[in-house]
This record gives sequence, C-alpha cells and structure tokens, in this order.
Amino acid sequence: MSARGQRQGSGFGAPQIILTLSIAILVIVVAVPVLLILFNAFWADGVFNIRDVARVLTEPDTYQALLNSVIIACGTTAGSTIIGTFFAWLVTRTDLPWKRFMKGMFLVPFMLPSFIGALAWKMLLSPRAGYINRFFMDTLGLEEPIFNIYSYAGIVAVECMYLFPFVFIQVCGALERMDPTLEESARISGAGLFTITSRITIPLVMPSILSGALLIMLYSMAHFGTVAVLGIENGIFNIPTLIYERIHQSGGSFDSIRTGTVLASVLVVSAAFIIWLQNRILGKGRYQIIAGKSFRPMELKLRGLRMPLLVICIAYIAFTIVLPTTVIFLVGGLKTYGLAFTLENLSLDNYKFILFDHKLTRDAIFNSVTLGLSAALITMFAGVMISYVIVKMKTRGKGILEFLGMLPFSVPGSVIALGVILAWSGKFGINLYNTVWIILVAYIARYMAFSLKANSAALEQVHDSLMEAARACGASMWQTLRDIVLPLVRPGMLAAFFLIFLPSLRELTVSIMLYSPTTRTIGVAIYTLNEDGETVISAALAGVALILIITGQSLINRFTQSSSSSKG
Amino acid sequence: MSYVRLVDVTKRFGAVTAVDRLNLSIAKGECFSLLGPSGCGKTTTLRMLAGFEDLDEGEIHVGERLLSSKKSGYYLPPEKRDFGMVFQAFAVWPHLSVYENVAFPLRIRKTPTPELAKRVNDALLHTNLLDMARRSPADLSGGGKQRVALARALAINPDVMLLDEPLSSLDPHLREEMRFEIKDLQRQYGFSIIYVTHDQAEAMALSDRILVMRLGVVQQVDTPLNVYTRPANKFVFSFIGLSNFLDVEGDGVNFVTSRGALPLPVAPPPELGRGRVCLAGRPSEIEFADTGLPGMVARKSFLGESIDYQIQVGEQNVRVQKGRHSRGPEQGENCHLRFTRPFWYPAE
Repeated sequence: MSARGQRQGSGFGAPQIILTLSIAILVIVVAVPVLLILFNAFWADGVFNIRDVARVLTEPDTYQALLNSVIIACGTTAGSTIIGTFFAWLVTRTDLPWKRFMKGMFLVPFMLPSFIGALAWKMLLSPRAGYINRFFMDTLGLEEPIFNIYSYAGIVAVECMYLFPFVFIQVCGALERMDPTLEESARISGAGLFTITSRITIPLVMPSILSGALLIMLYSMAHFGTVAVLGIENGIFNIPTLIYERIHQSGGSFDSIRTGTVLASVLVVSAAFIIWLQNRILGKGRYQIIAGKSFRPMELKLRGLRMPLLVICIAYIAFTIVLPTTVIFLVGGLKTYGLAFTLENLSLDNYKFILFDHKLTRDAIFNSVTLGLSAALITMFAGVMISYVIVKMKTRGKGILEFLGMLPFSVPGSVIALGVILAWSGKFGINLYNTVWIILVAYIARYMAFSLKANSAALEQVHDSLMEAARACGASMWQTLRDIVLPLVRPGMLAAFFLIFLPSLRELTVSIMLYSPTTRTIGVAIYTLNEDGETVISAALAGVALILIITGQSLINRFTQSSSSSKG
Repeated sequence: MSYVRLVDVTKRFGAVTAVDRLNLSIAKGECFSLLGPSGCGKTTTLRMLAGFEDLDEGEIHVGERLLSSKKSGYYLPPEKRDFGMVFQAFAVWPHLSVYENVAFPLRIRKTPTPELAKRVNDALLHTNLLDMARRSPADLSGGGKQRVALARALAINPDVMLLDEPLSSLDPHLREEMRFEIKDLQRQYGFSIIYVTHDQAEAMALSDRILVMRLGVVQQVDTPLNVYTRPANKFVFSFIGLSNFLDVEGDGVNFVTSRGALPLPVAPPPELGRGRVCLAGRPSEIEFADTGLPGMVARKSFLGESIDYQIQVGEQNVRVQKGRHSRGPEQGENCHLRFTRPFWYPAE
C-alpha cells in the first residue's frame, strides 16, 4: 500500500465548499434582508438616528398598532394556553370517552389556515350580515347582534381556536412521556387527585406549557391574517397589518418603508427575546420526567363529570372546527352572499367558475402550487446541506453557521417580506419586485427553519460511526454522503418537503406584501376577493384550498404511517 | 401472627391471568419478597396491594382494615392506605427540594409544623440526607435519589413498606450497600417490608420469607434457605442459583442418559416411575470421582474464586464448579461425575 495521504486542515476541500455555500445561502436569503431592515430603521439621513425611531414609534397609529399586537398576543396566549392545557390533560389523564378521536380532532386546527377561519367567523358573526347574528335578530327579534366579531374579543377568540394546538401538542407529549410513578408516589403519600394535579402534574409539565405558550405569543404578535380579516373594519391594526396597510396604500413610499422597518425591527427584537426565553426555559427547566418502565398512567375517573365534559368537547369541536369549515363550503355554493342555505340557492357553479373559467383564481392556484413545489424542493436540499454542516461536520467557521441557522426561526413572515422588498428591488442590481421570483425567495427564507429542523433531527439520528464505517471501508466523503447519509435522512427530507409544501399552499402573510396583479397566490386571491366584496367566490376558493390541504395532509399521514410501520 | 392478608386474589388483563388465586399472609415486621422473572405477576400483586390496580377476585386486608374486596365491591384508594412505597425509577419530584419531597406526605396529612419538621429531619437523618435537605433531587446521584424516595416513604412512619424493585436502577456495589441500609431502617422503624424483585441474590439477602412466582401462579413460599435447599419444583430449582438438568430414561430400575445412553449410577425415587425423568444438580454439588457418570471436559475456565467446567455427557452438557484450589481434570480429558445432592423432577 502506498501512503497516499491527504494533507489536513489546509487547502480548500469539499468541506470548505459546503460550508461556504451554506453560509452564502443563509446570508443572502435571511441575513441580508434582516440586516437591511435594521439598517433602514436605525440609519436615517445617513446617520445612526435613534431619535427618529422613537418618533415613528410614538406616532399615535404606530403606537396603537404596537399596543394592539401586545394586547392580542397576550389575550391569545392566555386563552390558548388554558384551552390547550385543559384539553391535553383531559385526553391524556382522564377516562373521557373517545379520547383518541378527540385528540385527532384537536389537532385539526393545526392544518387549517386561520385567515380562512377568520373569514368563516366573519360570515357567521359580523354584526349585521353574520348568519348567527341575523338568526338571532330576525328569528328571535333581538335588537342587537349577540356578538360582534370585529373586536378585540373576536380576534382573540378566533386566534385561540387556531393556535391552541401549539400548547395542546406540547403538553400532551409531556404528559404521555411522564413517568407515571411520579404521580403514583404522590398518591401513595396520601394526596388526592386534585392535589396531585395541582401540585405535582402541572408543575412538572410547566416547562412544556410555557414553551407552547411562548410559541403562540411569537406567532400571534406577528400574525397577519386574522387581524386583517376581522380588525381593519373597526380600525384595529396590529404590527403586520399596519406595515401592509402603509406600504400598500402609498405604493411603497420612503416614509411607509421607514415606518415598516421600524415596526419590523420591533417584531425582530421581540421574537428574538421570546426565542431566547424559550431556550432558557427548555434548557434549564425541563425536568427529566421520562419514564423507564412504564405502566399505564392512572386515569382520573371523571364519574359525574364524564358526560358533561364529553358534551363540552363535542360542542367545542362542532362549534370551532365543523361549523366554520361547513360555512365556507356552503357560502362558496351560494349565488349571492346573504341568501339562506336552501337547496335552490346552492350549486357548484362558483366552484366550476373558479377552477375552469376565472383567470384570476386559476392563476392563483397555479402560482401557489408551482411556488410551493419549487420552494419546498430548493429549501429541502439547502436544508439538508446546511444541517449536515451544523450537525455533522467539524469545520472551523461552523459557529457562524450555527448562529445564522438560528435566524430563520426568529424572523416573522412580515419581516421577511419587507426584507426581501428592500433587498431585491434593484438595490443590489437585481430587481425582482412584482415578479413571482421575489415571492419564491421570500418563501425560501420563511420556510428554511422548517427544513433545518426536520433535517437536523434526521441527521442527529444518523450516528457518526455509520459514516466512519463507510470511510473505513474505503468510501470517499462524497460516496459516504451519497450512499450512506442521504438514504438514511431521506425520511427527514421528505418531512421537510411536505412541511413546506402544504403551508405554502395557504400562505398569506408574505405573499400579500409581494404580489402583483399577475402573481397572486391562493391566499392573496382569497383575501383580495373578500376585500372586493366577492364573498362567495372567495369562499369557494377557500373551500378548494381546504380540500387541497386536507387531501395533502391525509396523504402524508398515510405515507408516514406506512413507512414507519414498515420499519418497525 | 398474620398482618397483611391476601385471600384468593386474582387479576386478569384481557385473556391473560396475571395473578391467579393468590393466598398469602405476612406477619408484622416481616421482610417478605416476591420473586420471579418479569411478567410473573409480582409487580401486579404489589400494585393491587397499593391500590393502583383493582382486583378481579378476592380480598386484601391489612390488620383490622379491609383494603380491597371484589365480593363487596369495596376499594380503598391508594392515598387512604397509609403505606410507604418506593418505585424502581425513584419517582422523586424534581420541582421540589429534598426536604419538600419528604415533607409532602406530611403536608397532605396537615401535620402541625413542629411535628412535621421533626419527622422530616428524623427521616433525613436515618437516610443520611440531612446535608442535602435544601438541594434539588435532580442534583443527586441515583443512590441519593433512592434515599430521598426512602425518606419520603418513611416520613409517615408506615406499618407496611412496599418496595418495587427499588435497587435495580442502581449500580451493583451501591445495590449491595442500599440493601443493608433498607434492612437497618426496618430494624429501627419496625415496619413490614413487601419487596418485589427479580434478583434472587437480593431476595435471599433481605428476606425472612420468599414467594417465588411464575406466570401468575405461586410456586413456593418459604425461607431463603429452604427455597434454595428444598426447591418445590423444577422452576424454583432453576430460578434460584445455578442449575444443571440432565434428561434420563429407564425401566424403573436401570437408567441411562437420553441422547447418548450412558449408564446412570443412581436411580430416581420410585414414585417417578419409569420412562423419561429429569435429573438436576447444582454445579457446586457435583464432584469428580473415580467411578460414576462418564463424561469429557469440553471446556475449563478459571473464574477467579472458582473453576468452571463444562462436561460433555453423551450429547448433553453438565456444568461443574469447584474452588480454585481444587484439582480436577484438564480440558479434553475424560472424567466421572458424582451428584452429591441429586434432585429429581418429572420430564417435561
């Protein structure tokens, strides 16, 4: 054997190429837009100007929007956390009937777009035209509508319905994994079930509750759809809707961009703070409560409360999931909005119209599908590469990448949209504004976090020794990647693909800031049609979107189930 | 004088009978072990005693109190049974300090503060945890956590202590040390111990009596010595200590080994009759002799304290262990074996 060794550490080999490429992608796609926002916000008239930032923030409109974001986020977080924790406890720790079914149903809101939900609730509870309000006023002769959805309470309620699964899923997971003897030892110590729940169970899962709550806070602060649909009528703006309103109305004037960047900076800072807080809670506070040998956890016998709680759960599911979804499909079938849901008023004409005849909606569906596919493919491959460097490689300069890799997690959609406008409107010689490409770039930035998460989770499962064994058998680094690593992380890549493709079908926050008349997406089309008073067409398109999403999700579920069962 | 009494206790999980008509009485201050392989029903029995599982049949009494009865539909919930219990995975609460973990059962019972402090300190003192009182149990080692669990169980000064494989999460040398600590605590506090384990050495070292269980059925209840020297059946023989089994067959007078037909110098007791029978012996209770069952040394290994032989007898193997100073045949040599304490069981 000849000693054909490679010199280590010097030169520009494959690892350096991958590292450089990964850093370049994250810098161009995520870091530059965010930096441009901060730069534009704090750098007025060629100097660092914090006073001007303060001026923008103290304008009544901006100040009110900031306040509204906080109010809505706090209300939503509190409401969702209570609902989510309660239902999680109910389906994991009690003898409620049909728990598995309930658990599945409580996860449904995860895949439903909240702005479509907001549309449905507008149709049901808008003060004059809402079907429920009209029913009470016309039939029962009430003077006033029973509930005005165009209010803080309405917005918070709708956001809660769609966001509580964040807490629900975290708390369910913690309660299911928890060592049941932690509770049993309290019981044998003499504690009753109420005492155990309040003094042992809830404190032990508190880190999970808080972490879910912070996710909701992060999401709600920067949430566009629900507030846009329900708030604008009564002049309730939050940060993302105000950014959109300003830029949309002024056609992108300097002043509106400036206000936008300042508001976006506030979002970036608060998001970073929330992420930091979450990492602290998860890092320090997460107790080791996972069971070794596990018996069935004890079930609280609900006894007399069993039936009432079952009724409450079913009513909740019917009222918050079934009712709004049905209303969307029904309104989508009406000739004119406001007609009663009778057989002669209902037809499939609107659905036919949007799918075959209406250019705007056909374009929107085509745009969303192609954008979603391309964004998912590109982000999936970029995500594998970047995660590989972060998780597996031992190269100098990896620290930069780890930091950059955190960025996509903490940048809300409206910030990304504003950032790509700043970056890709000709400032660096490339002008993508008003083209479909700018939306693609924004999608990639927005969904990079999903891909990084799925792929690094998959890569962490691949033990280093598997790759070392391949190298020991004589495979080069590339051969190892191709023959060992990629086949093993394929499930993670597929997961990343669908995690991006499905949400991008219903994306609104980013697209609404970037669309042009020919580059509407499904979300934009639904939103603008509704704004233009084309309620029935908008509802029909929303119905089509729901069908696409639900079909896609069930395909994934079937696929992941069959692949995991074939492995096991 | 029986204190804990189980009468015809039966538990089924679906079609499986986990515990089958178990009758048992345990005296006050006794250390009683439930021993068996996993899935034998020992943990289920303990959990029925604790009240975590309902009975499908039978009754459980402690002292004058009825705890569970299928017949009268009576069931006292675990929190009312006043047992101390220690679990395999420690189950100390990581969000409470060591002190608060131990104080928890007393706070539940609304014990007045001075009394509570005295009892917690007493329990911590006996488990060598006084210095750790303010620490979080998450900072303690496995042994430390298990001491917290013990102290917590001691705090209410229970009459009966239920221990569910409390040492199996610890490393071996610590396991031995904790065994004696538990025994010392029992001497000081005077509680009865009901101890579940699959480790026969642990059961032997601790117990006044051992119950050996298999597939939900009691095999033997006896002192450690009797369980070892007078096993009730082949299963108990094989489960406790090292064992050899040799299939033999014969006409009632002369016996030969199965699969190899070597003449057997001893005959089974007449009640086993003729045909196939099983000869059993402990490796330490087989000797090399000038005459006897012929065999060949297939493997000889030095284990430190002892020498381990694998002797090929026909097509069967017999394991023999001798002290390291003894002289025996070398690997490959022929030899003769004599069973000093043969046990006979019906063939299966």
